[in-house]
Amino acid sequence: MSAPAAPTIAGGPVTPLDAPSHRRGDRIFAGLARGAGVLILVLLAGVALFLVVESVPALTASSSELPQGKSFAHYVGPLAFGTAFAAAIALLIAAPVSIGVALFISHYSPRRLAGVLGYLIDLLAAVPSVVFGLWGIFWLAPQLQPGMAWLGTHLSFIPFFAGPVSATGRTILTAGVVLAVMILPIMTAICREIFLQTPRLHEEAALALGATRWEVVRMSVLPHGRSGVISAAMLGLGRALGETMAVAMVLSVGGGVSVNLISPQNPSTIAANIALQFPESSGVAVNALIATGLVLFVITFLVNFAARAVVARRKDFREGS
Amino acid sequence: MAKRIDVSDLNIFYGDFRAVADVSMTIEPRSVTALIGPSGCGKSTFLRSLNRMHEVIPKARVEGKVAIDGQDLYEPAVDPVAVRRLVGMVFQRPNPFPTMSIHENVAAGLRLNNRKAKGDALDDVVERSLRGANLWDEVKDRLDRPASGLSGGQQQRLCIARAIAIEPQVLLMDEPCSALDPISTLAIEDLMHDLKSRYTIVIVTHNMQQAARVSDRTAFFTISGAGQPGRLIEMGETPEIFSRPGEKATEDYITGRFG
Repeated sequence: MSAPAAPTIAGGPVTPLDAPSHRRGDRIFAGLARGAGVLILVLLAGVALFLVVESVPALTASSSELPQGKSFAHYVGPLAFGTAFAAAIALLIAAPVSIGVALFISHYSPRRLAGVLGYLIDLLAAVPSVVFGLWGIFWLAPQLQPGMAWLGTHLSFIPFFAGPVSATGRTILTAGVVLAVMILPIMTAICREIFLQTPRLHEEAALALGATRWEVVRMSVLPHGRSGVISAAMLGLGRALGETMAVAMVLSVGGGVSVNLISPQNPSTIAANIALQFPESSGVAVNALIATGLVLFVITFLVNFAARAVVARRKDFREGS
Repeated sequence: MAKRIDVSDLNIFYGDFRAVADVSMTIEPRSVTALIGPSGCGKSTFLRSLNRMHEVIPKARVEGKVAIDGQDLYEPAVDPVAVRRLVGMVFQRPNPFPTMSIHENVAAGLRLNNRKAKGDALDDVVERSLRGANLWDEVKDRLDRPASGLSGGQQQRLCIARAIAIEPQVLLMDEPCSALDPISTLAIEDLMHDLKSRYTIVIVTHNMQQAARVSDRTAFFTISGAGQPGRLIEMGETPEIFSRPGEKATEDYITGRFG
């Protein structure tokens, strides 16, 4: 308290309030941020425009000009079904597993093990999809085939297991499992981050009531992470819908719509079909493939809208409302 | 249902750091005991050791004994989950579960550990607990609304209702009014007067007037310096501590000459 106050504080130069702003950095940064935002919109609009323009010839062509001599709706229908079906199988498998792994990492495992596990999961994300495809054909499919044969023999009254049983195991179930492994890392990583952000107060609220660890998870961690888990699932679903190489390699395609999980005659997916057909296509057939891409684009959009609707539905019960 | 707590030679550690040293005290049933002292003196840590909530921090451990009606809480066979059902807790900031309705919040503890409470019986407990927390009249028409829509004071009373719904023996309160306005604070203090006929209440507070108003007995904790463990300096009847403290440090603190 003995040092005298610096004289410049009281008597320093006064900046007029209407002086031109020196905050050039602010303006540059605002411009860059705005530019980045606009760029996203332009890119999205550009892709959509390309798809629509290139699709028009296929959409207006008669059935005889299109591949397989079918109308476009009949051509894309089974593909769209196969895409959604394979992605749904993948999500059904990956969602519980990734939530479980994320919970284990965030709330159960010792810290050191959690670090190693998180690292391994991230490594899984770095494996190229071609490698997953090879793994699916040469290892997973033969492993799953006996199980499918058993299902075909004993549970054939369920439409999913109606048979005939694929001899190679290269079915839509196998493709779904491969896709599940591929979307696992991103879903786990997001769930883990969300679970770690559970407010301490809410976990302690449950603990103080005499909750066990699982009950703490159920009462505070999962409700807090709900919207994040849905986002994670949608990201995973998006990747599963668009995944090309692994499905193209694994799936033995028969065309047509079928919920049979174990037969050799599987519906293909839009992305895999584009990859497989593109080298041999020309003229309107190429436009038809692009039009199926447009359908995939729309499906992805619808999935995202649905997810947002789910997240928004219980907004009242979210924190800070 | 209220029970006596006997603490003897309690030391609390976080890893190698001793946060609280050599505390012995007796907390009487059906009374309010206030813990006062400067920040960092270990009173919250001590409070949390009474229901083993300090164990959520890794490497926390205790030496010594905390006994509720003779039962040592730290015997190896004792389940911390069971301890926390016996000793309820209200926190510094109101923490209702944000995704649950008012009704679900109060019922939360009853649904734990596979207790099958449902229907009318559950509704009765919820109403009784909310009445016990002086909140029933304010929320009876909107039990199914989210708890996050209540005011801070109402949320804190909801947390008290949630804590007493499972009928604990002891209620710990860690600065329960520090995030509340004076009117809500008064409502909580009135509530403590009502509750002490049935529960043993231990409250940590930074507000000296509050300690004087609500408590029957007061314990003063302090530290002798940074890095030193907190110690219990003295404990006695509240009027005694505030009018004729036995120790110089207590007098300095309550008269505002310290901290």
